[in-house]
Amino acid sequence: MSPAMHQRPKGTIWRLLATARPVLPRLVLATLAGALAAACGIGLMATAAWLLSRAAQHPPVLALGVAVVAVRGFGLFRGFARYAERLGGHDAALRVLGILRSQSYAGLVKQVPGAAISRGDTLQRFASDVDSGQDILVRVLLPYAAALLAGCGAVVLVAALLPAGGVTLAAMLVVVCFAAPAAQQALARRAQVRTAPLRAEMMSQTVELLHALPDLTAYGAARGRLDRLEDVDRRLRAAHARTSTGVGVGNAVVVLAGGACVWGALALGASAVATGRLDEVTLAVVVLTPLAVLDVVAGLPEAASTFTVARQALLRVHAIADHPDPTPDRAVPEPLPTGPYHLRVENVTARWVHHGPPALAGLSLDLPPGRRIAVVGPSGCGKTTLACLLVRFLDPVAGRISLNGLDLRDLAGDDVRRVVSLMDEQVHCFDTTIEGNLRVGRRDATESELWGALRQARLAEWVSGLPLGLRTLVGEHGSRLSGGQRRRLALARVLLADTPVLVLDEPTEHLDDDTAAALTADLLAAASDRTVVLITHRGFGLSDVDEVVRLTAE
Amino acid sequence: MCVVLGMGWAVLALAQATLLADGLTGGGGLAGLRPVLVPLALVVAARAAIAWAQDVTAHRAAASAKSELRERLLTHVVRLGPGWLTGERSGALATLATKGIDALEGYFARYLPQLVLAIIVPVVVLARVLPADLIAGVTILVTLPLIPLFMVLIGLGTAEASRRQFRYLEKLSHHFLDVVVGLATLRVFGRARAQTQTIAAVTDQYRRLTMRTLRLAFVSGLVLELLATLSVALVAVGIGLRLVDGSLDLRTAFLVLILAPEAYLPLRTLGSHYHASAEGLAAAAEVFAVVERPPPRRGVETAIPASATITLDRVSVRYADRDTLGLADFSLTLAPGEVVALTGPSGVGKSTVLAVLLGFVTPASGSVRIGTQHLSDVDIEVWRQSIAWLPQAPRLVAGSVGDNIRLGRPDASDIAVREVANSFVDELPDGLDTIVGDDGRGVSAGQRQRIALARAFLRGAPVLLLDEPTANLDADAEARAVAAIRRAAAGRTVLLVAHRPAVLALADRVIVLEAPGPPRHSDDAALAAT
Repeated sequence: MSPAMHQRPKGTIWRLLATARPVLPRLVLATLAGALAAACGIGLMATAAWLLSRAAQHPPVLALGVAVVAVRGFGLFRGFARYAERLGGHDAALRVLGILRSQSYAGLVKQVPGAAISRGDTLQRFASDVDSGQDILVRVLLPYAAALLAGCGAVVLVAALLPAGGVTLAAMLVVVCFAAPAAQQALARRAQVRTAPLRAEMMSQTVELLHALPDLTAYGAARGRLDRLEDVDRRLRAAHARTSTGVGVGNAVVVLAGGACVWGALALGASAVATGRLDEVTLAVVVLTPLAVLDVVAGLPEAASTFTVARQALLRVHAIADHPDPTPDRAVPEPLPTGPYHLRVENVTARWVHHGPPALAGLSLDLPPGRRIAVVGPSGCGKTTLACLLVRFLDPVAGRISLNGLDLRDLAGDDVRRVVSLMDEQVHCFDTTIEGNLRVGRRDATESELWGALRQARLAEWVSGLPLGLRTLVGEHGSRLSGGQRRRLALARVLLADTPVLVLDEPTEHLDDDTAAALTADLLAAASDRTVVLITHRGFGLSDVDEVVRLTAE
Repeated sequence: MCVVLGMGWAVLALAQATLLADGLTGGGGLAGLRPVLVPLALVVAARAAIAWAQDVTAHRAAASAKSELRERLLTHVVRLGPGWLTGERSGALATLATKGIDALEGYFARYLPQLVLAIIVPVVVLARVLPADLIAGVTILVTLPLIPLFMVLIGLGTAEASRRQFRYLEKLSHHFLDVVVGLATLRVFGRARAQTQTIAAVTDQYRRLTMRTLRLAFVSGLVLELLATLSVALVAVGIGLRLVDGSLDLRTAFLVLILAPEAYLPLRTLGSHYHASAEGLAAAAEVFAVVERPPPRRGVETAIPASATITLDRVSVRYADRDTLGLADFSLTLAPGEVVALTGPSGVGKSTVLAVLLGFVTPASGSVRIGTQHLSDVDIEVWRQSIAWLPQAPRLVAGSVGDNIRLGRPDASDIAVREVANSFVDELPDGLDTIVGDDGRGVSAGQRQRIALARAFLRGAPVLLLDEPTANLDADAEARAVAAIRRAAAGRTVLLVAHRPAVLALADRVIVLEAPGPPRHSDDAALAAT
C-alpha cells in the first residue's frame, strides 16, 4: 500500500462515474428505487407510530383511513422497490463493467509485455481487479446514495416536527455513515500491519509445502514442514486474537449511535410535549423514526470496508491505464517497405524502466534476408529485451533498429510485426480448439494451410490421430497438451503467420534435453529460408546457424 | 458463547422496547421520565458492548476454524502424498489452502453468528409478544416460518437454472482472463485490437445472461422483504384498530410495534449474508472432498534389510487422468551394489519406475519386493530413509543453499556438506549461506541441479535414484557430476534415468524402455549408448 494510493480517494469514484456516464440515467433510477425502498421502511414506522398514538384517542375509524392505507402500502411497496433497485443496479453496473473492461483492455494492450506488467499472475490480477468496479457501484455507491437520500428525508420529517430531534438524527447519520467506517478502517489497518507479515509467511510456506512435496516426502522432511506451518499458524492466531478487539468497534459504534439518538429523541420529545411545543400524537413519530433509519443505514460500515478493498483494485487498474505508451506510433507512420527485408540493429541501448539500468547496451547485429543467428548468454544479459526490441514491443533509448533502412520507430508497430514474428518462452495457448489457436496466427488460413503448418511443426500426425482432430480443445493454458506439443502448436501458429523474420526466444525452456534438441532441429528446419534469431541459454541448434552472438551480463 | 451473546442481545432488545413503550406512554415531562431514561441509557450501552463482543468472538472463532481446516487439509495432503498431488493440482490446492479458506471468513464471522440470532431472537420476541397481544403474536408466528419456507421453495425451483447459468457465466468470465493473459501473443499476431470489440460483445452477453439469472435469484430477496415488511404493516394496522375499540392499551401497542421488526430483522440480515458465505462454503466443500479421500494403505513392517535385492515383477501403473498406462508390465531386478540405467523415449514410464520405488504411486498390478518383503507391507517412511532421490525437476525450499543440501540430514556438519557439494558452492556469492528464494528463485537451472545432487549424496542412503542427473549442466559440469556419481555409487545400489552417453557409461546394465510392449533388456551399455 503506497502512500500515493491513499491520496485523493474521491478521484477513483469520479473516474468510475465518468466511465459510467453512458449508463448514468440507469444508475440514478436504481438509486431512486433504493431510496424509495428505504423510505418505505422509514415511512411505515413513522406512520404506524402516528396511527397508534392517534388510535389511542379513540377517534372514529374513518379518521385513521389514510394512515391505515399508507402503512399497508409502505409494507407492500418496500419489497418491490428493493427488487427494482437490485435488478436495475446490477444491470447498470454490468454495463459499466463492459465499458471498463474494453477501456482498461485498450489501455493494457500497449503495455504488454512491459515493465509494469511482466508476469502471468499480474495479468490475472488485472482481470479480477477490473471487476471491482462493479463491486463499488453495486455494493458501495448505490446503497450509500439510497440510504443517505432516505435518511435526509427522515431528518427533514423529524426536524419539521421537532428541530432538535432533527439535529440528533442528522448527527446519528453522520456517525454511522462516515465516522464509524473511518474508525473501523483505521483499526483494521492497524491490525493488518501486525498480521500481514505472518499471513505472507503462512502463504509462502503453504505454497512451498505443496509445490516441493515430492522432494520433501522423499527426504522425510514433510512432517517437519507441517510442524513449522503449525507454528506460524499459532503465531498468526495469537496476532488475530490481539487485534480482534478492534474489529467489532464499528458495529458497536453503530448500535451506540442509534441508541443514543432514540434516547435523545425521547428526552427532547418528552420535554417538548411537557412545554407544549410538540403534539402528544407526534411524540412517537419523533422517537420511533430513528429506529427505522438505523435499520436502513446499519449495513453501510460494511459497504465502506468493501470500498477500501475494491478501491485498491481499481487504483491498480487506473495506474496501468495511465502508464504512457512505451512505443508510440507516429501520427502518420511510414508505409511498410516491400521485401526482401534487411533488419539491422545499430549500437542499440534499451531499458525497461525510465532512468533504470540498461537491459541491453551497445548491441549491433546485421540480419540480411535468410540469415540465421543464435544469441546466447546467461540470464539477465538482455536476450528477452532484444526479442522485444525486434518486434517493437520496446523502443531503443540510443542507437536504432532499421528495416530496409527505415527506423522501426517510423513504422507502425503492427506493421513491424507483419514482418517480424516472435515465439517466446511464455507462448500462450488459448483455451479453445487447436484450430482456434492456429487461426490466431492467420485468421483466413485455409484448412490445407492449417495442416501444412502442422506438418512443418511435426504435429500433423498427432492431430490427425485425435478423435476430434483440429477441433480438439487444448484446455486452459494448453494444459491438455504436453510441454513439447504446446511449443509445436505455437510453432505451427507462427509459421502460419508466415513472416519473413522469426525471433525464437528460449523456445525450449522447461523441456527435457531430448525434446528440446528435437524441437530446435525442427524449428530451424521449418523456418527454411526465413531470417531467424534464435535466443537461447541452452546449447541446442548452435551448429545449424550462420553465427553465434554471445551477450554478457552488464 | 455465541448463543449466550445472542440470548443477551435478544433480552436487551426486549428491555429496550419495554422502556421505550413506557417512555412514550409515561407523560409527565423530563422529570417523570427519569425512571425510563437512566435504564434506557444502560441498555443501549449494554447492547453496544454485546455487538462488540459478538464481532470479536465471531472473528476469533473464524480464525481458529480456518486454521483448523487448513491444518487438516495440509496434513491430509501430505498423507495422500506426491502420487496424488500432481503438478497442476498443487497450484489449485495452494489457492484453496490460502484464498479459498480465507473466503470462509464470511461464513464463520458473519453468516453463522447471524444464523444463531435468526433462531434465538424471534423465539424471545414471540415469548414476549404472544402473552401481550395474542393476535399480533400469532400473525408473527404464522408469517415468520413462511420466509425460510418460501426461500427454500424458490431456491429449489431455480437451483438447476441458476447452476447452469453460473457455469456459463464462469466460462465467459474466463474468456476475458484468457485474452488478457495471452495479450502478448495476440499483439505479436496483430490481433490485440480486434479483441476490444470481442470483449465488449462478450461482456454484454455476460450481462444479459447474468440479468436473466438475477431476475430469478432476486425473487427470493423480494419474497423475504415482502413478507417481513408486510407482516409488520399488518401487525401495526391490527393493533391500531384494536386500540380504537379499546381492547388494547397504548403501552402494549407500542411494545408490539417496536418488537415486530426486531423479530424479522435477523432473518433479513441473514439473507444478505448468504451470498457472501456461498463462496466460502464452496471452498469448504472442496476441502472436505480432499480430506475425505482415503489415504494410501500403509505397511507396518519397519525392519527392512539395509542391502537387499529390489525386484519389480510385471508392474503396471495406471494414472487416473490418462488413458494410457503410466508403466506397462515392467520387470526389473536390482542386485545390491548394482548400477542400472533406464533409457528410452519420453513418456514410457522411466520416472514412474522411480516413483513406484519411492512409494509415491501404487502399482495397479504386479509386485515390488525389497528382499523378501513386499513394498506394500513395509512402513514406507522407514523405507524412504534408505533412498536418496534426484527428481527430474528438483524443487528447492526457501532458505540457504546449505539448508537445501541438508534437507535429508539436517544435522550434517559444514565439512560434510562441503564434501558432497564439490567446488560449485565456492562460486556462489555467499558460499553455503547463499540465500535461495521461494521456489529456488535466484539460482540458475545448473546450480539447482547441483544443489539437488549434493542433497542426494549427503543423504548417505544405500539406494540412489537419479533422474537425468546431468540435465541442465554444461559439458564441464557434467564431467564433474559423472565423476561424483561414480564415487557415490561405490557400495550403493543405483538406478539412473539417463540419455546422455556419459551417464549411461556409468551403468553396469542399461535397460531400454519402449512403448508399448515389454522392455528389451541389454547387457551391453556401450551399444545402447550409441
